[in-house]
Amino acid sequence: MSQTPALRAERPAAPPSPSVARRGASTAKRKQYRAAYLFLLPFFVVFITMLVVPLVYSGYLSLFESKLIGGDVFAGLANYVRALQDSAFLASIGRMGLFFVVQVPIMLGLALFLALALDTGRARGSKGVRLLVFMPYAVPAVVATLMWGYLYGPDFGPIAQIARGVGLGTPDFLSPENILGSMMNIVTWEFVGYNMIIMYAALRSIPGELYEAAEIDGAGQWRIAWSVKIPAIRPAILLTVIFSIIGTFQLFAEPSLLNAIAPDAITNSFTPNYYAYNLAFINQELNYAAAIAFLLGIFIAIVSYIVQLSTQRRERRERGMS
Amino acid sequence: MTSLDTRAAVAIDDDAAGRRRAKRSFDPKKRRSVLLTVLLWLCVLYFVLPLWWLLVSATKDNSALFSTFGLWFGGGFSFAENLETLFTVRDGIFTRWLVNTLVYSLTAAAGATLLATMAGYAFAKYDFPGKKALFSATLGAVMIPLTALALPTYLLFSQAGLTDTPWAVIIPSLVSPFGVYLMRVYAADAVDDSLIEAARVDGAGEFRIFWQVGLRLLGPGLVTVFLFSLVATWNNYFLPLIMLNTSDLYPVTVGLAQLQAAASAGGGSQALFSTVITGSFVSILPLIVAFLFLQRYWQSGLATGSVKG
Repeated sequence: MSQTPALRAERPAAPPSPSVARRGASTAKRKQYRAAYLFLLPFFVVFITMLVVPLVYSGYLSLFESKLIGGDVFAGLANYVRALQDSAFLASIGRMGLFFVVQVPIMLGLALFLALALDTGRARGSKGVRLLVFMPYAVPAVVATLMWGYLYGPDFGPIAQIARGVGLGTPDFLSPENILGSMMNIVTWEFVGYNMIIMYAALRSIPGELYEAAEIDGAGQWRIAWSVKIPAIRPAILLTVIFSIIGTFQLFAEPSLLNAIAPDAITNSFTPNYYAYNLAFINQELNYAAAIAFLLGIFIAIVSYIVQLSTQRRERRERGMS
Repeated sequence: MTSLDTRAAVAIDDDAAGRRRAKRSFDPKKRRSVLLTVLLWLCVLYFVLPLWWLLVSATKDNSALFSTFGLWFGGGFSFAENLETLFTVRDGIFTRWLVNTLVYSLTAAAGATLLATMAGYAFAKYDFPGKKALFSATLGAVMIPLTALALPTYLLFSQAGLTDTPWAVIIPSLVSPFGVYLMRVYAADAVDDSLIEAARVDGAGEFRIFWQVGLRLLGPGLVTVFLFSLVATWNNYFLPLIMLNTSDLYPVTVGLAQLQAAASAGGGSQALFSTVITGSFVSILPLIVAFLFLQRYWQSGLATGSVKG
């Protein structure tokens, strides 16, 4: 890059150039502080009003109980105690835990495979593949669920039509036993492309010299993928894992729309988010719903944090070994 | 300013060429693989067939929808009739929903992009007290689930008299912590410190530098953050569902879900299924077109943004 050495040396802090008098430097710096804070101000105003205030308010609400007589009464942690004993809530968390353990590895594995395959440049029409796989991301969850709802249809759905055509029975995707798997499929369909694009973009910016070195050492494509590419894009993979944790435990559109076509299979507490919604807007139990939402938030934050921490620790250990 | 502009252009060109060169020297060794091609295109089928079904079904009338094979045309071509029904049902409310969606998501995306760009640029290009703490707060916010926020936000908005107005959908969508993160990484790479320095020496103020130098170099990053905020608002269902009561204010997602519920509950008395399907098909076109047209920009924007962590 066309940068003079003198300027490069100053890079991190970007202090004023040496020609400026020393006294002027501190005013210049103060001016830059002010500019930086002004740049941040609009974002943080919205950030505080739309994130921090509601969060605090939600925590506050969760400490009250609505009584028929006497209105809102301070209840301490009663709502939390109730939530932790609420089998419907715990079951919904468990269901999403299962969802996460099964669906996320499949989704991210497929995304990683596609990203690596596209990155080798050995497939024909890889640009088309990339765009077509990504396309479902632009489809709203409502439309995706609606669409798959029709596709799953036992009478007229094309999957059932084909299954009957080749002599298999009619698969019942919407039965209570199968609905979780059917939902996993919808979410996988929606988000493989998004995750693939994040990983692919990360792969594209690995410097080519790394591969050359590996090839000179006699590494094959699989070996390069495993030992060079995957470690190099670990931050991007971590990002997709964290987004998946957040996404999984917040599922809402899928259960609420599937409920219309499979009311027996989808209970009103099928996912924690759907449960919180039903509590707040159907049962009018605002305080309890706030406690549920708050607990869910804490739960997601803890899981994300553990995942992040364990990856960092692993990375440090590996760096220490090499 | 002109001297600055050319320097900026040169810097970017150098950078791009350098990256391309590094890639190209690796490319000649590559061979096409039939197995990989077949495998990848088989995967593509899984992603495309549902959309193909949607396209095919949008051409069928209600009875053909249920009597012909789902993955192929049949029973006449009623696409035009379906469109007509779609746009006339309930006094043309679908047009209203489309316009609402367009207004909400364009406003929210433009706002979110501006806020995220300014914040990301400040994080990338300035050192100031509290920078680390503020950035950690932003990153931590990525992990806050919408659920924990939606309910209290709804209550706060209803106290402020903002529920059932477009603002209830737009304002919460203005916060994009991930956008700030992407923009910070992107700006660190794309805006050269020496350019900012040169502009300062020329006597330009910090805001002028941002508007006239920074923004021009942030193009692909801007497009990326904009598109992803656009999708987030366009596809949002939960927030508008709880915030809005008047169906005239609904975005397409809530409207379609309502139509679908009516279709399922109506026992087939109304020919609504084909309307729902045609509506779904129409509603996904704008975003797909936006992604196709802008792919060069958002892909290069992501490429810089997603590697460093």
